[in-house]
Amino acid sequence: MKLGFTSTDEAFRDEIAGWLAEHLLGEFEHIRYRGGPGDEHAYFRERRAWEQAMAAGGWIGVGWPEDMGGRGYSLEQQVIFHEEYARAGGPGRVGHIGEGLVGPILITHGSRWQQQRFLPGILSGEELWCQGYSEPGAGSDLSNISTRAVYDAGKDNWSITGHKTWTSLAHEAEWCFVLARTDPASRGRHGLGFFLVEMQQRAITVRPIMQLTGTSEFNEVFLDQAICASEQLVGEPGQGWEIAMALLGFERGVSTLGQQMMFQNQLNQIITVARRNGATADSQIRQRLAQAHIGLKIMRYNAMRTLSGNMVDGSLNRAAMISKLYWSIWHRELGNLAMDVLGPEAEVAAAQPYELTPLQSLFLFTRADTIYGGTNQIQRNIIAERSLGLPREPRMTG
Amino acid sequence: MDFSFSENQQIIAESAADYLAKVSGTAAVRAAMETPGGFDVATWQDISSEMCWQLTHIPEAHDGLGLGYVELCILLEQMGRNLLCAPFFSTVCLGVNALLLAGTDEQKHHLLKAVAQDGTRLAMACAGPGRHWGNEAVTVEYETTSSGVLLNGVYAHVIDGQTADYIVLAARRAGTRGNQGIGLFVVAADHAGIQREALPCMDQTRRQARISCTNLELDAEATMRNVGHAGPLLEQVLSLASIGMAAEQLGVAEKVLELTVDYIKERKQFGRPVGSFQALKHKAADMLLQAESARSAVYYAACIADEALRSGPLASELHESASIARAYCSDAAFVNAAEALQMHGGAGFTWDFDVHLYLKRAKASQHYFGDGAWHRERIARILLGETA
Ligand SMILES: Cc1cc2nc3c(=O)[nH]c(=O)nc-3n(C[C@H](O)[C@H](O)[C@H](O)COP(=O)(O)OP(=O)(O)OC[C@H]3O[C@@H](n4cnc5c(N)ncnc54)[C@H](O)[C@@H]3O)c2cc1C
Repeated sequence: MKLGFTSTDEAFRDEIAGWLAEHLLGEFEHIRYRGGPGDEHAYFRERRAWEQAMAAGGWIGVGWPEDMGGRGYSLEQQVIFHEEYARAGGPGRVGHIGEGLVGPILITHGSRWQQQRFLPGILSGEELWCQGYSEPGAGSDLSNISTRAVYDAGKDNWSITGHKTWTSLAHEAEWCFVLARTDPASRGRHGLGFFLVEMQQRAITVRPIMQLTGTSEFNEVFLDQAICASEQLVGEPGQGWEIAMALLGFERGVSTLGQQMMFQNQLNQIITVARRNGATADSQIRQRLAQAHIGLKIMRYNAMRTLSGNMVDGSLNRAAMISKLYWSIWHRELGNLAMDVLGPEAEVAAAQPYELTPLQSLFLFTRADTIYGGTNQIQRNIIAERSLGLPREPRMTG
Repeated sequence: MDFSFSENQQIIAESAADYLAKVSGTAAVRAAMETPGGFDVATWQDISSEMCWQLTHIPEAHDGLGLGYVELCILLEQMGRNLLCAPFFSTVCLGVNALLLAGTDEQKHHLLKAVAQDGTRLAMACAGPGRHWGNEAVTVEYETTSSGVLLNGVYAHVIDGQTADYIVLAARRAGTRGNQGIGLFVVAADHAGIQREALPCMDQTRRQARISCTNLELDAEATMRNVGHAGPLLEQVLSLASIGMAAEQLGVAEKVLELTVDYIKERKQFGRPVGSFQALKHKAADMLLQAESARSAVYYAACIADEALRSGPLASELHESASIARAYCSDAAFVNAAEALQMHGGAGFTWDFDVHLYLKRAKASQHYFGDGAWHRERIARILLGETA
């Protein structure tokens, strides 16, 4: 066991910190700490420009292999990159779905053509992606998807029809990866395909859904015979589930340590409030602040274990299995603590008619952390069945 | 950065698990619980002379093995899992640590050698009666006399105090409070002026004694370093002990999860294993989260303990990491044991099933060296920059 990083890694830390300090200025100064879950609507145009500035600096895809246009950084270096980015208050990345999910899945499962067509757009920050999994009838039970894809042999393309929902950033993205049924007779995990679909076409309608924050970052997406060229199907028809699951595996990656740095920024903000308004004299608040600090430290140690050990070979160890359940509970409680530290002040919003303060947004948006990406109940099912080997829930038939 | 066990550490863990399965299975634990001293003397002799576990983190210069606190915590985790009844924790986590940090060269030379060669048992007496922890809990007072010091007062809950050969005593200069005026002394347990009374304990796997000092006269030989200013040393010893106890608690948190999963896979009601009911599966998943997070907290703190013992760059994190580990592991062990009992149904309430032994150990462990709230308050002071 060895804590801390090598001197080469620390030199790299200085490099990225230096670059950020030089570039998060001027037109980008005011987007520091903005964006990200709950604040995704903020300064979207500026953050798109920032994504391209990052691309120009060569900071997108740092963990991708070099022959795919990435920089082939070690795990440690990727961790440092994400930590420094969050420490500097780097804005929520508008390209995170492309960089974190689509890129990795195309690198492992995509065709040569798909890699050449789609990776450059992600690396240049010019093409944004969204995730078209959930449907009105397929939430936790994702395999219950009913969106259909029909192959037209004459045109050699697919025609996709269905209704996706909760699609984050669909109103901004150029591309969407869509899980759809290629075999109309199939059910459940069989007969699905994984499609790369262009959003700019008449057959696709995006309707924003207003969230409890009064803002919209997710949408309903209606596909009415949307066209998808045959080379934009990843893998084979019927392989969709396998690919969709492989992609979800990337969600538990190195970026968690960067996410924790963002959490640290939020906790620091709450401590500042507590110092200012005297909440630090309240023994219950003191206990909860300490609890938050303890929880965040242990989240970091859990992530260090995940990254050091068995993750390297791709197998999910126990520390990785609990990661989503752990951080979502912690973060949701942080939002709650923020309100309780503020006390009566917590009520007052930033402006008319309904502009929320950052801590109010934190409180409200963290209610979603325990829902998206697999609800906490689903996480517990998975942990109980896969890590502990407890019997599966019987499925109703009919 | 590498936060995983080395191959050697893996081997230590596996061989400790194998060994303890032999000497500290249920039957052995229950037999030891019935003995007057609370442990099997032959097993202790075997552990101290054959396995030499008490030497793990003692430097080679003092006849130790010169391994680290991580290795020690690996052993303690296994002892917690097996509820080992032995004066190991008191000897090593309290006594040896006190000698390493506060012992004079002579005391180290003499006593660490005795621990190494003869399996000499150590204990540490610190807190007086009442609901206090840390330095504030020290109530026994010392006065300086022409020939040394004179101690008077009572230690309420001395782990393995009844069976120890030597005892480290924490006392304060008469009239001081808090961190002020602390002195540490080490003395043979049968010294005149020391009276020991074994206490009947709810957790029968770990014994306590009440120790009274009545005009206990000690000379320079018994006096440890920085007398009158040993508050920081005592705090360090207690943090090291806390990390060791957190490792035991990790073992408890994991073991009760395993017992429970095995049980609910087998036990059938309503025509199906009760472990297929989501109400139980979700509790089991939460127990896994607690146990895995406890593991991360313990081994991070163990790395920091090594830094502290070797004055490494992260040494200043000792108290923080100890309190993080203890606040988390105290709860994790107790909550997991309590859920384990519930998930065993009526069987969990019986004497014959082992769950109650873990529940009792977990509850007792919450109240040594600071309960969860005490450790969280210590963290709050660090977090808010209120430490002196
Ligand atoms: C902010 C946000 C952003 C999102 N972004 C996207 C996106 O970009 N793309 C996308 O495809 N999806 C997205 N989602 C959708 C998200 O993945 C789903 O909301 C989630 O999987 C839950 O599905 P559901 O909403 O249909 O809830 P349901 O599945 O209807 O769940 C309702 C309740 O039942 C419980 N439940 C369901 N099944 C079980 C079970 N087997 N055992 C125990 N309890 C159960 C759930 O835990 C929950 O409490 C987003 C969601 C949110 C909130």
